[in-house]
Amino acid sequence: MITIADIVSNLNSSVLAGSDKLQRPVKGAYASDLLSDVMGKAREGELWITMQTHKNIIAVASLKDLSAILIVNGGKPDEDTLATAQSEGVVILGTEARSFSTCGRLYKLMEGDALV
Amino acid sequence: MKFEYLIEGGDFIRAGHASSDIKKILNQLNLDPAIVRRIAVSMYEAEVNVVAHAFRGVMKVNINPERILVLVEDEGPGIPDIAQAMQEGYSTASDKVREMGFGAGMGLSNMKKNTDILDIHSAINRGTVVKMTTFTKSGAS
Repeated sequence: MITIADIVSNLNSSVLAGSDKLQRPVKGAYASDLLSDVMGKAREGELWITMQTHKNIIAVASLKDLSAILIVNGGKPDEDTLATAQSEGVVILGTEARSFSTCGRLYKLMEGDALV
Repeated sequence: MKFEYLIEGGDFIRAGHASSDIKKILNQLNLDPAIVRRIAVSMYEAEVNVVAHAFRGVMKVNINPERILVLVEDEGPGIPDIAQAMQEGYSTASDKVREMGFGAGMGLSNMKKNTDILDIHSAINRGTVVKMTTFTKSGAS
């Protein structure tokens, strides 16, 4: 199974928080900007692709035991949010790429391996 | 074990704080992680509903070996039609709240899917009481 580190190196993304947890396996991915949709549909161990950057994304990722959050469109959470992510053990990645291309590249990378 | 949390209406930054705290406690009790996640989802949705719609509320959590009981009581506008509010996609959240990704109209249905017993009572212009019971053994539901 691929890890967060594999995604960082293959998707040209940067690690914004949780750099000590990149060996965590990624079981699949879910793309959505609606928090309740993620709460209802994302599965444990999945990567969450979103454009949301506010502090509540930490609670969603942590409560659902998601492997990491990948923020698209160059979005950056504020320092307080990143510090909370770090202390809660939530990994946040960021990419300048848009949502569609990010999902496409991830799908190619994970096809046959993850619960896509 | 009993825990109590105050929830402030409009405080979206802190929304999820009580749920995260209880999740840590439940994990320490070595409950099935899948059951802990279900409780976490239902608590989070109840907490966000108070933040998004009510003036203030209180979340009381009562844990015993058989079941986790979560009681959320708020002072707020109440829900005029609970059956309508239960429908996925129905939401009365403001545009500002929706821009943050809240207000998808999935909160109540997520609560229903993730608890064994969901009980909602509401009084217009007074508030809403949500009682959620989840059994600790997966077979108990």
